[in-house]
Amino acid sequence: MDFALIGARLAGKFGGDAVPTVPEKGDPFVLVKRERIAEVCRFCREDEALTFNSLHCISGIDYPKDQKLAVVYNLFSFRHRHSVALRVEMPRDGEPHLDSVVAVWPGANWLERETYDMFGIRFDGHPDPRRILLPDDWEGFPLRKDYQVAEMWHGMRIDANYHPPGGPPKE
Amino acid sequence: MEILERTSDVMVINMGPQHPSTHGVLRVELKTDGEVILEATPHLGYLHRDFEKHCEAVLWGGVIPYTDRMDYVAAMNNNFGYCLAVEKLLGTEIPERASVLRVLVSELNRIASHLLAFGTYGIDIGAFTPFLYAFREREMILDLFEHCCGARLTYNYIRIGGVSRDLPPEFEPKCRRLVRTMREAIPEYNNLLSYNQIFVARTRDIGVIPAELAIAWGCTGPVLRGSGVKWDLRKDEPYSIYPELQFEVPVGKGEVGTVGDCWDRYMVRLREMEQSVDLVEQCLDRLKPGPVMAKGTRSVKPPKGEVYHRTETPRGELGFYIVSDGGKKAYRCKVRSPCFCNLSILSEIAPGHLIADMVALIGSIDIVLGEVDR
Repeated sequence: MDFALIGARLAGKFGGDAVPTVPEKGDPFVLVKRERIAEVCRFCREDEALTFNSLHCISGIDYPKDQKLAVVYNLFSFRHRHSVALRVEMPRDGEPHLDSVVAVWPGANWLERETYDMFGIRFDGHPDPRRILLPDDWEGFPLRKDYQVAEMWHGMRIDANYHPPGGPPKE
Repeated sequence: MEILERTSDVMVINMGPQHPSTHGVLRVELKTDGEVILEATPHLGYLHRDFEKHCEAVLWGGVIPYTDRMDYVAAMNNNFGYCLAVEKLLGTEIPERASVLRVLVSELNRIASHLLAFGTYGIDIGAFTPFLYAFREREMILDLFEHCCGARLTYNYIRIGGVSRDLPPEFEPKCRRLVRTMREAIPEYNNLLSYNQIFVARTRDIGVIPAELAIAWGCTGPVLRGSGVKWDLRKDEPYSIYPELQFEVPVGKGEVGTVGDCWDRYMVRLREMEQSVDLVEQCLDRLKPGPVMAKGTRSVKPPKGEVYHRTETPRGELGFYIVSDGGKKAYRCKVRSPCFCNLSILSEIAPGHLIADMVALIGSIDIVLGEVDR
């Protein structure tokens, strides 16, 4: 199925909670309401016509200007050989959180942990919600645009403005 | 495998991060009952440099050297994946010669990477000699790369819009010699290791990953094909000049044991090398004079938008999720690392195996920690 058919099928099932969107440039995506992401993912996995049996990638994106965070799920079906991107947006303040999809695809486990590690988005119902790439006692979420590097870490001074010989990259 | 009734106390063993068989700085926390693994928890991040944050600080073209340092034994394939993603957003047309060169060096790098996987897997299992044979040929490939871009490991050769420079005249004869050498060498590897009784006994029926499980866990590349799934992006979602080239996709068939065991994954890599050698030869035959760089790609500003593009690297499907706000720098560049996703299945597969089999299992997944941790 191509994007128009997949989008129509999801919109037909979930109405206004799953809106197919075709931007001017770049890949089309289905904008899913935050509360229903796990439900939409389960439908994508189990529906005969869709059968998205593989979760490829989970990417977080930070938009401080719009005060929101976005998470994009790239799904793929080995049976029907089609793919789709699901997009969820949520406010940046407070404790951003989403429902985990580990129960749908076990492969989501590490991808969700990485997204938590880098953006501080909690995944409710995740079986092992720890950091993955950074140390467990790290403070802050580095891929947020307003992340400040701590001055000290375990007694070590961090010079965030250090550049190797040659100076900072030129514009 | 079935876990028998516990007979002794549970002991926790740390395998790594300084363990030769973990192929880098991976630590696996093993809960064991005697020699049998009850639980395996990988701990990552020892090589984490936050590549994705660096991408947001440098120009679009400046990201390429960082991609070299992810999967540093297959840097060409990483360059290729990133450039294709940016070009997808830009909509750039790549000159014919540049496309052929890109596929040529990617396939050469695939051979070099699989040679390393083959050699170190032998060492993991206890056979040192194949490693020396593998490095003999790998050295020839690294020499070729030195000819075309001056570097032996981190190339920065494939650029947005083409490749950085044309080949020197001595490249082609040397590359044809490599093709001939590899065709003789691969049967030699098979005699040395693949059908060696001890090797087969150590890898047969070990770490079986059924196809359904591999798909659900997001495994790709030789790990997925080892489980019998015929899926290769170069064939099934072709990019660049791959649709015009002839090659086969080898899959695991369970020749010595169960489909999806360590031996199958190992053998898929060896057979892929044969295919890559054919691809290299086809690329050499297609080389025609022409420009190697598209015009107007020295400093790029992709239009505002988001794309996801994936390519087949020696370790699996490397995906780039790229977000542009129309500026000179990437707004966001997310890497879907094949090793990261392949490795996550370890805690599912390891329980029930012996500690010694853990070494065979990690080796057969063939991870590069530079890419797992990024």
